[in-house]
Amino acid sequence: MTESPASLLLVLAVLLPFTGVIFGLLIGGRHVRTVALTTVALGLAVIGGIVWHALGTCSGSGTAIEYVLGGWSPPLGIRLRADGLSVLMLLAVAVVISLVSVYAHADFAPHDSGKETRAPLVFWLMLLAIWGSLNLVFVSGDLFTLYVALELLTFAGVPLVALDGRGETLRAALRYLLFALLGSLLYLLGAVLLYGAYGTLDIQLLSQVVRPEALSWAALALMTVGLLAKTALFPLHIWLPPAHAGAPAAASALLSALVVKGSWFLVLRLWFDVMPNVVTLSAAQLLAALGAAAIIVGNIVALRQLRLKLLIAYSTVAQIGYLFLMFPLAFGLAFAGMDSAPALTGGMLQTISHALAKAAMFLAAGLIYLTLGHDRISDLRGVAQALPMTVTALALAGASLIGLPPSGGFLAKWLLLSAALESGQWWWGAVMLLGGLLTSVYVFIIVVRSLAPAEAGWMPKTRVPQYQQMAVLALALSAFLLGLAALSPVDLVQLGRTPLSLLRGTP
Amino acid sequence: MTPSLALNLALALLLLGMAGWAVLVRSTQAAVIGFMVFGLLLTLAWARLDGLDVALTEAAIGGGLTGFLLLGAAVRLRSVEHRATLQAPGLATRILAALAAGSVTLLLAFAVLTLPSPAPSLAPAVAENIAMTQVGNPVTAVLLAFRALDTLLETLVLVLAMLGIWSLADDRVWGGRPGFAIAHDASGILHYAARILVPIGVVIGGYIFWIGADDPGGKFQGATLLAAMWLLLVLAGLRDAPRVSSQALRLWVVLGPLVFISVGLLGSWLAGSFLGYPQGYAKLMIVTVELALLPSLTLILGLLIMGAPKREIGR
Repeated sequence: MTESPASLLLVLAVLLPFTGVIFGLLIGGRHVRTVALTTVALGLAVIGGIVWHALGTCSGSGTAIEYVLGGWSPPLGIRLRADGLSVLMLLAVAVVISLVSVYAHADFAPHDSGKETRAPLVFWLMLLAIWGSLNLVFVSGDLFTLYVALELLTFAGVPLVALDGRGETLRAALRYLLFALLGSLLYLLGAVLLYGAYGTLDIQLLSQVVRPEALSWAALALMTVGLLAKTALFPLHIWLPPAHAGAPAAASALLSALVVKGSWFLVLRLWFDVMPNVVTLSAAQLLAALGAAAIIVGNIVALRQLRLKLLIAYSTVAQIGYLFLMFPLAFGLAFAGMDSAPALTGGMLQTISHALAKAAMFLAAGLIYLTLGHDRISDLRGVAQALPMTVTALALAGASLIGLPPSGGFLAKWLLLSAALESGQWWWGAVMLLGGLLTSVYVFIIVVRSLAPAEAGWMPKTRVPQYQQMAVLALALSAFLLGLAALSPVDLVQLGRTPLSLLRGTP
Repeated sequence: MTPSLALNLALALLLLGMAGWAVLVRSTQAAVIGFMVFGLLLTLAWARLDGLDVALTEAAIGGGLTGFLLLGAAVRLRSVEHRATLQAPGLATRILAALAAGSVTLLLAFAVLTLPSPAPSLAPAVAENIAMTQVGNPVTAVLLAFRALDTLLETLVLVLAMLGIWSLADDRVWGGRPGFAIAHDASGILHYAARILVPIGVVIGGYIFWIGADDPGGKFQGATLLAAMWLLLVLAGLRDAPRVSSQALRLWVVLGPLVFISVGLLGSWLAGSFLGYPQGYAKLMIVTVELALLPSLTLILGLLIMGAPKREIGR
């Protein structure tokens, strides 16, 4: 345990964005964007400090960063704790948030009259709120604090879905709200059962006392199902496409790239860190089977979409499936007494590269919509002429989703594939390859259609600012070059983590 | 059968009956009223279990505030209720929903029956450390000292919920007042009730808030009662709903969370830990936070019920 002044940065990572929400609401008017962008800049510095500190301890003591709040140590009090997984997620989310902020600078500008308007106020405040809530999900070490984090994330996400105020987006927002609340409720029920059985909500303490018994299984099942509803894993995905496709581009990017990862991360925490000795391999296989169904169904339905934003939203349904393939792979390796670290690293890389790539794709779709005045896939002529950088970004992000080298998606799938073969579960490898094939079809269609020349005399509907295109390209390039992380000398993922096989013992 | 067992059994049966009523009854409004009665019965059940703090919260928030919100929704939906019943989900969906709900209930019943008894509890740890917080009510000690971060974050949940409701406004009326029904009837019964009830309600709300430090009660329950009094004033036409663009309103709304965060930072400077309290000053800091939270919670709870802005700034 390291409790240095740097640990206070964990508190700041959570509360700085919310302080931004408070001041943004208070000052309001035409200044909300300024407040938000200032907060994002300060928040970047905080996250930078945490990453710097983590890299320092990585080569040194190798322990997680901890902060005990109010001096009340658990189980009475609560602590924040950032291990390698947390630090990586904090960093990835900070990158996406700041580039989306750059992009949204023009879309959510103050009104010329100087009067406060609804959409910019709500967008900027909810962007900050999403950031704060996600950071809380990543660094919280307590199951009830995590419940509050889920609630914050829900109430920050839902208003973004209905930002443009059309009836159909309101309906999508309401459906999302219902799924999310049901998910929170199931999670809370599970947390209450665990407290009733073991008398603590602290993740570290709980992992030492939890036993593989009926009660733990019931709690794990309730919490997992609740979180899957929030993550939109097949067949609980039906709320996602209308919600993510109906929001304005910058909001879709936040929802699709980041918000669904919050509840996914919590499933990871529960299975790997809270109850690794409760999990059975068949349960992990079931989770991955749902993931495989999501990959197949999501990709096929994506292929049949006529509108770009809906296609990208269904692609998220499929990509979420990949995030659950790592569970039987990691546990399979651990059961066989082998090193499960590569499977975990692969899963983390998949999440991060999808976050970067999906944000890039939704933002690119937004620019295409502005340029053409529509987003019908059948008629993307002229896009490459008007938006060369954006189409490049779309291709690079698509390459990462498919898993072409040297993208983050490639390294992730490489690690997961080798884990599948090593643990003798080749069928998950086959699903990954089939998914990659289907993904490549629609990425290819989009890119080829947008390369087609425009009719003579065609003019773009709107001129898109250069910096918006550059923000999209930066996101796509980060996803594409993430595979180079393989060359990194430090393994941040395992910071402060006990290998799964040690936690489980060898059966 | 002892009288207390008979009372418990009757209460349990009534609770089940009311829950069934709320789910099965056709009319939305009847279901909501069933839900509110259910909340009151639950309050009694908590009181029987000696959970007075929980009972008060259930009465204020579970039965009262939530019931009021639902009633408002039911009234607004009345005109389309008939059309909605025509679009009722098919048999397959209903069977699926019943199966899902049934299996969760069975799972819960089974889990509750296998819970260890006596349950492992942090109550002794709270009792051991409560002296350092200088408050007498263990619930207050948990909410504002041991797990103060959760409470701080919960107040932020409320701020976000309020913003979420505001975000449903039409762009043209942004900044204006919620379209809360107003009776302009100076001789009406509502007007009369407001004049009599509000002073009493404010005193009781203040009292519930103040005793929360040492006895059951506290800011959430007090704020709910105060918010109800505010709503009564608005309903009776004695005060208008506020403009959501009002700087003063926003200041009062964020005051609580802002003071909470500031006290937390002060703790990291004086007591060496965020949300820590330096020895001898714990109660002072806790009361400061609670005093700042009371107006913020009152306003937010009231605003949640008043709904999104509906009228332009000038009107």
